Amino acid sequence: MTIDETLPVRSSNDIVVVRQMVRASAVQLGFNLVEQTKIVTAASELARNTIDYGGGGVARVQSLRQAGRIGLRLTFEDKGPGIADIELALKDGYTTGGGLGLGLSGAKRLSNEFAIESRPGEGTRVTITRWK
Amino acid sequence: MERIPILKMNEFLLVSIQVDMHDRLAMTLQDDLTERIVRDRARGVLIDISSLEVVDSFIGRMIGNIAAMARVLDAETVVVGMRPAVAITLVELGLSLDGVRTSLNVDKGMELLRTALANGDGHHDDDR
Repeated sequence: MTIDETLPVRSSNDIVVVRQMVRASAVQLGFNLVEQTKIVTAASELARNTIDYGGGGVARVQSLRQAGRIGLRLTFEDKGPGIADIELALKDGYTTGGGLGLGLSGAKRLSNEFAIESRPGEGTRVTITRWK
Repeated sequence: MERIPILKMNEFLLVSIQVDMHDRLAMTLQDDLTERIVRDRARGVLIDISSLEVVDSFIGRMIGNIAAMARVLDAETVVVGMRPAVAITLVELGLSLDGVRTSLNVDKGMELLRTALANGDGHHDDDR
């Protein structure tokens, strides 16, 4: 069984749909409740960032199978203004949007693997993976 | 418009969040509760989150805001029923819900509110 879905991330309702999709995928792959909760929460943070800072984009939900391991990979991509200083954006409490500044750093802590690519003026792509 | 119901019981307001809230619904709840505290002269707010499978930083901020606004309006807030998986995730996310009282269930939450009011925690005698 392979999961590979791409969902729009444009409205606050889309965040709910992404959460539900990620939850269903994590359940299907056999993640336990705490692991499910962590990846769904990370997805919620990143989806909101995609809207608030990227002006909307897409979320891709993929199942992974590598060397007998099962994982769930989430990719959030936008064509927004990009992040000028990624290191700063990853700091707890740093925000340009009036939030708590925990979205990016929190999502990183809730994942096993975290990657961010961003170019000013071109957009941002954040990829997180959680292994079972 | 979609709304989360707020029940009044004596001097307390009770809210049970039973749906996966989108952000606008969370903001509406925050506004509604603040208004009801004043209108109903409530002294305590109990928020049951036992149905919530996820509390992200947005919902966490909303809960903190409600508690802060309630405090300014002379009411206590207690959040009850947080699921263990949610608690573990919240801490790892970096949210500690400082300034928010929590209880394991509704019974304990009501007890906490009553005790807080009886002891006048943070309150002056008033004539409401």
